[in-house]
Amino acid sequence: METEKIIETIHMISDENLDVRTITMGISLLDCIDSDSTRACERIYNKIMTKAKNLVKVGEQIEAEYGIPIINKRISVTPISIIAAASADQNYLKYAQTLDRAAKELGVNFIGGFSALVQKGYQTGDLKLIRSLPQVLDETDLVCASVNVGSTRSGINMDAVAEMGKIIKDASERSFMTNTKMVVFCNAVEDNPFMAGAFHGVGERDTVINVGVSGPGVVKHALENVRGESMDVVAETIKQTAFKVTRMGQLVGTIAAERLGVPFGIVDLSLAPTPAVGDSVAQILEEIGLESVGTHGTTAALALLNDAVKKGGIMACSHVGGLSGAFIPVSEDAGMIAAVNAGTLNIEKLEAMTAVCSVGLDMIAIPGDTPADTISAMIADEAAIGMINNKTTAVRILPIQNKKVGETVEFGGLLGYAPIMGVNKASSTRMIARGGLIPAPIHSFKN
Amino acid sequence: MKAILTTIGKDQVGIIAGVSQFLAEKKINILDVSQTIMDGYFTMMMMVEINDEKADFTALSEELGGIGKKLGVEIKIRREEIYHAMHQL
Repeated sequence: METEKIIETIHMISDENLDVRTITMGISLLDCIDSDSTRACERIYNKIMTKAKNLVKVGEQIEAEYGIPIINKRISVTPISIIAAASADQNYLKYAQTLDRAAKELGVNFIGGFSALVQKGYQTGDLKLIRSLPQVLDETDLVCASVNVGSTRSGINMDAVAEMGKIIKDASERSFMTNTKMVVFCNAVEDNPFMAGAFHGVGERDTVINVGVSGPGVVKHALENVRGESMDVVAETIKQTAFKVTRMGQLVGTIAAERLGVPFGIVDLSLAPTPAVGDSVAQILEEIGLESVGTHGTTAALALLNDAVKKGGIMACSHVGGLSGAFIPVSEDAGMIAAVNAGTLNIEKLEAMTAVCSVGLDMIAIPGDTPADTISAMIADEAAIGMINNKTTAVRILPIQNKKVGETVEFGGLLGYAPIMGVNKASSTRMIARGGLIPAPIHSFKN
Repeated sequence: MKAILTTIGKDQVGIIAGVSQFLAEKKINILDVSQTIMDGYFTMMMMVEINDEKADFTALSEELGGIGKKLGVEIKIRREEIYHAMHQL
């Protein structure tokens, strides 16, 4: 090995915050279904405790042996609306508590899959799950929830969109942390290792290991060496860096899967920022040449970044999946927070950015008195961007009670802090009240 | 298993001696050593062979960290695969 290459790797890890963001074990709960919810929960608990018994231990071993931080060890399960549908329970809190208990005993950071897929309509368990959400998010600590309200193939379920506005509002009145654990999706993916939106799809194998890599700081640092060069060079530099980062994810995933005796699923090639200095996606965009993220040119720079990350990573691993791209959560990114505070980044620009990045409106704090219909309308807009562009979009919006635009809310840890952002004051009520289904777009009829 | 031990810091008397003595005590064999000054810092790479497949890396890293503190350098040990994975196809 050449000394320079060894040193490069060490710098990436020590100084540029290169890490494996998550090892997520996907576990199918389809074989736990029972009409008696107590028996079903017992099976769920036993299956998770058996399959993920060594997840945290193996994660820590790999961290120690390879000297690479693995920030999160997580579990995703089959959407609970499917598992619980056979029971006569009217509220699925019991299922969530079971997941929460298993997660705590195993020492994982989060467990995702308190989810419902309702892009075309509700099945038996769906509405019950959705209506359990505020209580579940408030009364459990590690359970993450998601609801898929639209897809390119099905259109957008506007009844669910209307419902989710009310649910988010209701949850926010219980505690300001509740909505950090819930995502509303369009085109949700079945192998996403990232929270809060991870669930284990029904088309997946029984148990699988998925890995999410990160490293915005590494990309930023690489770009510092090509200042003034053309966009071709920028794209090439990002590709090469993404390749190296992904190779590490592939290695860690392969080893973890082998030691856990579980098949290796995918690497999610995402640039996930943290509030730490030098771990920001916004600062990559600024390094490309913007004075502040949010100004004109941001969407173009982000489009290049998102695409180059995929191109670089795709050859570096056996299977790519999940969301793969750049995340733009506001509260988790020091550069985004600074831009909001400086007045250069607003919700409208963030919405435009979500058309070209891998997710959507993420970790955005808004005033607590924002009407539920306005929240629904924001979800509808995001879902429309996802549906038309054949991509995943997500909404994780956080109404903060008794806070006004310009004030700040602190979430702590990796979730960071967020300035409260202004939303459009004009009403969307009459549109949301219509309900129904926005039909799938013409380009979805590919058969 | 093979691992790469890196020592980076301000040059001073006794770094190589300190590290090798520790490795000898632990019965860890040194396969290759290279040493250079990079950006003004003493930089040493050692390829080592750890015979115990179940070696406790956490404890090993902590002990090396302690020695590094005494010598005023940063010592890290990582299994070699991570460097290969990142730079070689």
